Amino acid sequence: MFQERRDEMSGNTFFEVNNLKANVEGTAILKGLNLTVGRGEVHALMGPNGSGKSTLSNVAMGHPGYEVTGGGLRLDGEELLELAPEERARAGLFLAFQYPVEIPGVTVANFLKTAHDATAGESKLSTTEFLKVMRKNMELLEIDSSFVNRYLNSGFSGGEKKRMEILQMLMLKPKMVIMDETDSGLDIDALKVVSRGVNAMKSDDSGLLIITHYERILTYIKPTHLHILIDGQIVVSGGPNLVKDLEEHGYDWVREHHANESLAAV
Amino acid sequence: MADIDTESKLIDDEYKYGFVTDVEMDQAPKGLNEDIIRFISGKKDEPEWMLEWRMKAYRWWLTKEEPRWALLDYPEIDYQDIRYYAAPKKMSDRFKGEDGELDPEVKRAFDKLGIPVQEQDALTGVAVDAVFDSVSVATTHRKVLEEHGIIFCSISEALREHPDLVRKYLGSVVPFTDNYFASLNSAVFTDGSFVYIPPGVRCPVELSTYFRINAMDTGQFERTLIVADKGSYVSYLEGCTAPMRDTNQLHAAVVELIALEDAQIKYATIQNWYAGDAEGKGGIYNFVTKRGHCRGRNAKISWTQVEAGAAITWKYPSCILQGDGSTGEFYSVAVTNNRMQADTGTKMIHIGNNTRSTIVSKGISADQSKNTYRGLVQIMPTAKNCRNYSICDSMLVGSECSANTVPYIEAENSSAIVEHEATTSRISEDQLFYIRSRGIDEESAINLVVNGFCKEVFKQLPMEFAVEATKLLEMKLEGSIG
Repeated sequence: MFQERRDEMSGNTFFEVNNLKANVEGTAILKGLNLTVGRGEVHALMGPNGSGKSTLSNVAMGHPGYEVTGGGLRLDGEELLELAPEERARAGLFLAFQYPVEIPGVTVANFLKTAHDATAGESKLSTTEFLKVMRKNMELLEIDSSFVNRYLNSGFSGGEKKRMEILQMLMLKPKMVIMDETDSGLDIDALKVVSRGVNAMKSDDSGLLIITHYERILTYIKPTHLHILIDGQIVVSGGPNLVKDLEEHGYDWVREHHANESLAAV
Repeated sequence: MADIDTESKLIDDEYKYGFVTDVEMDQAPKGLNEDIIRFISGKKDEPEWMLEWRMKAYRWWLTKEEPRWALLDYPEIDYQDIRYYAAPKKMSDRFKGEDGELDPEVKRAFDKLGIPVQEQDALTGVAVDAVFDSVSVATTHRKVLEEHGIIFCSISEALREHPDLVRKYLGSVVPFTDNYFASLNSAVFTDGSFVYIPPGVRCPVELSTYFRINAMDTGQFERTLIVADKGSYVSYLEGCTAPMRDTNQLHAAVVELIALEDAQIKYATIQNWYAGDAEGKGGIYNFVTKRGHCRGRNAKISWTQVEAGAAITWKYPSCILQGDGSTGEFYSVAVTNNRMQADTGTKMIHIGNNTRSTIVSKGISADQSKNTYRGLVQIMPTAKNCRNYSICDSMLVGSECSANTVPYIEAENSSAIVEHEATTSRISEDQLFYIRSRGIDEESAINLVVNGFCKEVFKQLPMEFAVEATKLLEMKLEGSIG
């Protein structure tokens, strides 16, 4: 049996997705999604292909290709939907991309510094301090120091790109992180390194939403909550044990269970 | 949804060099005929052979027609409606041996442009020759150059002071029969710079010429000649601006570079002529012939250009690689916005054995502009083991602009290795979104992408000019979002 758990009851509403609806090229993908992440919580969001996982992360960050048709999105009391992507970033939201984009001619160091300067506000570091922090984080993520002068993501392997996402996350110190299938395509060693980086960032003040296909990452980054997204809605939410149920029974069983629940609700 | 209006919100990029200087001018009447050429030659106290050469060029020019093969669309140019000589009065007097004072208004104009033309304000490490309309008004750093035996002066002065050197090299790379605009220039050229670096001398400062068009309805026809003798080295920079006017003005320059054995010339241009307004009214027509000749073994000539201005650009800085083992390079960023049209590229002519050439061309078009790369790589039948590497990338900012790549490759020797790559990309929504998601605003995101795109070329420029080029690009693309 799934453990039902209502996050609102915890009274800790840090990141709040409220009845969010969004279209991609005229087709409804998110159909009233509700999700609340509290401070210090780690939520995992799983779901079959096409359920709307990546749409959620893109909509949350403000990708211009997605049309929001209803609902709300708040971080730490601030409504995000009216904000441009850069303003959401400055409000403390961070998206680790599923497919990080190559930016030829722009070095990693230059990009990180530009992004840091744009988001840090009063806690802006001097160049020397910044470089020190950057080197430390690169060591943690086992990124070779030569990468500072390489062009961002240009010619990087899949694993290198994902590590670069985590490096950016560590440098920008966001309040709320959404990881969009960061584990996809990573071998076990890379996954461990990436998880180490994420665990280093976790704090009682920040929230984390891990979007994933695989349970594997959740053995390295322990979720406090788990949600299952099917057809644009979260159908089941529960504690960490939900992972085991899902592993045993698969999404079809969730669908069936959800259908019964819905019937019961009527 | 967030406010991400991807339609171009056209803000006229402010052309901050568009002012006019009020100065008393000594000028020729409009129109072109043999009397005008005699007038120009007379103003400059030129040797007789120079006048004869001009006349030959003029007569040849009369028999030719303006070339129209470039992907450029502009109305017919009325060559009789142009003034071929204009000079600040005080300056033209200088050549008559009078006070030689720089007109304070002219000095103010160059100050406003940030170009130090007098010794006391000179930039460290950069010697400047400033050309105002048809005459050179100042040359700085004379003393240090003289110590090394380097000649850096206006071409008019060189014709008087070093006539034999000029005569030996002038027209030896670009003969007056070369093309329509080059022969027009040969007939009426007014000023420009002359550089001679003696054997084995490494020029200790950057040499720089700044061209300013000020007078109305005046064409600027400058002629620059740079000779690097055996084993010498020189780095030369050229910058240009003009006032904003709603009529078109013609600029037809010729630049000749000669590098002898083991000599190296680096030539960089930041071209920011007035480009006309958003509707395409006004702006400079820039028809320029630039060519370098690697005359001796292991000579090296490198062209770097940032073409950011002019309504029409027709320009193909080229290298003739005659000396065995010589090297030619062409690094170009051409950015067009509004209704600007640019047809630019290079020619690499491999004559000597083991000659090498590199072409890196980056075209950026925004708004309704047209941007064409046109290049020729030619390997002569007798030239063994030659190599060329070309990369021509175009970036489109917005959906109404166009980019074309027209590469000609003629490899007539089987030992040649010629590589050509070309790409066209649109500045992508995904790139901008990715950068913005890190807290960087849209305008800065575009600048990051565009500067990244131009990196290989900007790397070739001396530091302060790379900074200037970066700023110039940002200014051009402000408000042009695709």
